[in-house]
Amino acid sequence: MSNSLDDLKSAATDAGEVPKQSQTTYQPFVKRVLAQRQGKIGLVLTIIVLILALGGPLLLPWATGNTATEFVAKPFSPYGLFGTDNLGRDVFSRFIAGGLTLIVYSVLATALGMILGAIIGMLTAYVGGMFDSVVMRLNDVVLAIPQLVFALLAITVLGPQGWVLVTVIGVTHAPRIARVARSATLGVINEDYILAAEMYAMPRWKMLLRELLPNITGPLSVEAGLRLTYSIGAIASLSFLGLGLQPPAADWGLMINENRIALSIQPWGVLLPVIAIALLTVGTNLLADSFARATASTSVEA
Amino acid sequence: MFAKVIGRRLILSAFILLAVSLIVFGATLLLPGDAARAILGQQATPERIAALNEQLGLNQPAWQRYFSWLGGLFVGDFGTSTASGGPVSELLSQRVWASFILMAAAAVISVPVGIGLGVYSALHRGGRRDQALTGISLVLAAMPEFVIGIALIAIFATSVFQILPAVTLAPPGDPVWMRPEQLILPTLTLVLVVTPYIVRMMRATMIEVLDSGFVEMARLKGVPETRVIFRHAVPHALGPVAQVVAIQLAWLAGGVVVVEFLFRYPGLGQALIDAVTYRDVQVVQAISMLVAAVYVVVNLAADIVGILTNPKLRSAA
Repeated sequence: MSNSLDDLKSAATDAGEVPKQSQTTYQPFVKRVLAQRQGKIGLVLTIIVLILALGGPLLLPWATGNTATEFVAKPFSPYGLFGTDNLGRDVFSRFIAGGLTLIVYSVLATALGMILGAIIGMLTAYVGGMFDSVVMRLNDVVLAIPQLVFALLAITVLGPQGWVLVTVIGVTHAPRIARVARSATLGVINEDYILAAEMYAMPRWKMLLRELLPNITGPLSVEAGLRLTYSIGAIASLSFLGLGLQPPAADWGLMINENRIALSIQPWGVLLPVIAIALLTVGTNLLADSFARATASTSVEA
Repeated sequence: MFAKVIGRRLILSAFILLAVSLIVFGATLLLPGDAARAILGQQATPERIAALNEQLGLNQPAWQRYFSWLGGLFVGDFGTSTASGGPVSELLSQRVWASFILMAAAAVISVPVGIGLGVYSALHRGGRRDQALTGISLVLAAMPEFVIGIALIAIFATSVFQILPAVTLAPPGDPVWMRPEQLILPTLTLVLVVTPYIVRMMRATMIEVLDSGFVEMARLKGVPETRVIFRHAVPHALGPVAQVVAIQLAWLAGGVVVVEFLFRYPGLGQALIDAVTYRDVQVVQAISMLVAAVYVVVNLAADIVGILTNPKLRSAA
């Protein structure tokens, strides 16, 4: 939900100590990520939630719409491990069915933002001049509206639909990603290989894809991790506000909204999805943090 | 020299706000062909649709509507709420204060706490307490606001202890500060969301400063350690952190939305969610503009502080 504080956040990570590694041997990125405690914990947390959310629906104990009126809002019932919600629906079934949309939407929104942001960032840095200043000013305009408020504005006029959520979150990520991509591109644009490519008149799109993109994957991977964390937060928040999937769909944010009134008598309906969202966002954020450290340690080696 | 740089920032901010107003207004043009029907629903009678068209001025061309809307903003006329029928400004005037109090309370707590913890963490760099603080702030920074809020409700208001109210309950019209205990959990949620960023930035900046030459020089001179830290190091670290603090405060303007909804707090955020649910376009536009204005003004203030305190920026200009 935050704006340029994300940039500062990655700056804060970069400014932290870089783990001392041997400066002579090159290690692949994945290895450097997994060499850190954050990287390992982050990966494990993310995978646990992914297995639950993506694999869970295959082994649903009960259909998510089934209601057992004799067991309403009970923390435990003979039908399921975590009891039933206020309509008598099995909480555990709804829980393992409810993560899929959140994860799919978040990944799509992040991918959209990354593609748009990377293209805008590389183009502005490479083309420069008027084009650069105009596009960066437009970025500032989008950044002046907090992401959630932007999303709410879009939902008001277009309705609470999946594609609206994905598009608006992706599009509002783009300026933030573009800033990172732009400054990373500016860092490599005067390297010899770019000048060499320019000398034999490589087409512009080829230059972006073949020469620039591969050389800014480090900062972009950190951005992807951070943006995924924020996408999950934003989309879960919107569905918690009742503006994502509509009832009777099984969805974590919506479950929390529906069951929070009964928090004291049937806590599982709220706590299970809350814990899952917390584990997932913490996992992806730890991964992003370890990406940042892994990228920083490459620049030390270079 | 300053005046020129600051003047340029001022003009830039005004342009940004103008462009934001174009986006906020332009969004209404995306309303499906028959806006009034989209707002009122399928069961609306033709008379009501005609009345709403009249009320929203949908019979006029878009540019005319934009300018009369924009003109209204300058004199505090935000239009008419389609849901309540009353003027938007009346609907929002009390809520602005409620939200302001919540944000101010969160800011007053999180800024000193964040700076203090950041300095503490930097001084114990690499130690167990520093690692614990860094870990906790990384975890808190990742989680969405409502997850933190619900965890607090579960701990302090329902499942574990029942010592604090979980929702804000007051007769409408009663100011929120009459019941301070109801402010605790929403404020605490915002504090837990905002503080980690300040801690992280303060820690990183402080570490940089502690490693710099002038701090080493002060130590070599034999200046007592507390004086080194509080007279030499901390003031230098505060400059860059002021920017983060400003961004955090600006973030609060948007971040209160979910927190207010969660605690049923009678502020702007709650009004915004209600307005989105009822497709009360005028109210959504008004709140979006207010939030963007807060954001732009706070950032402008941070920029000006940055220009005035940073000698490099001063000479570069």
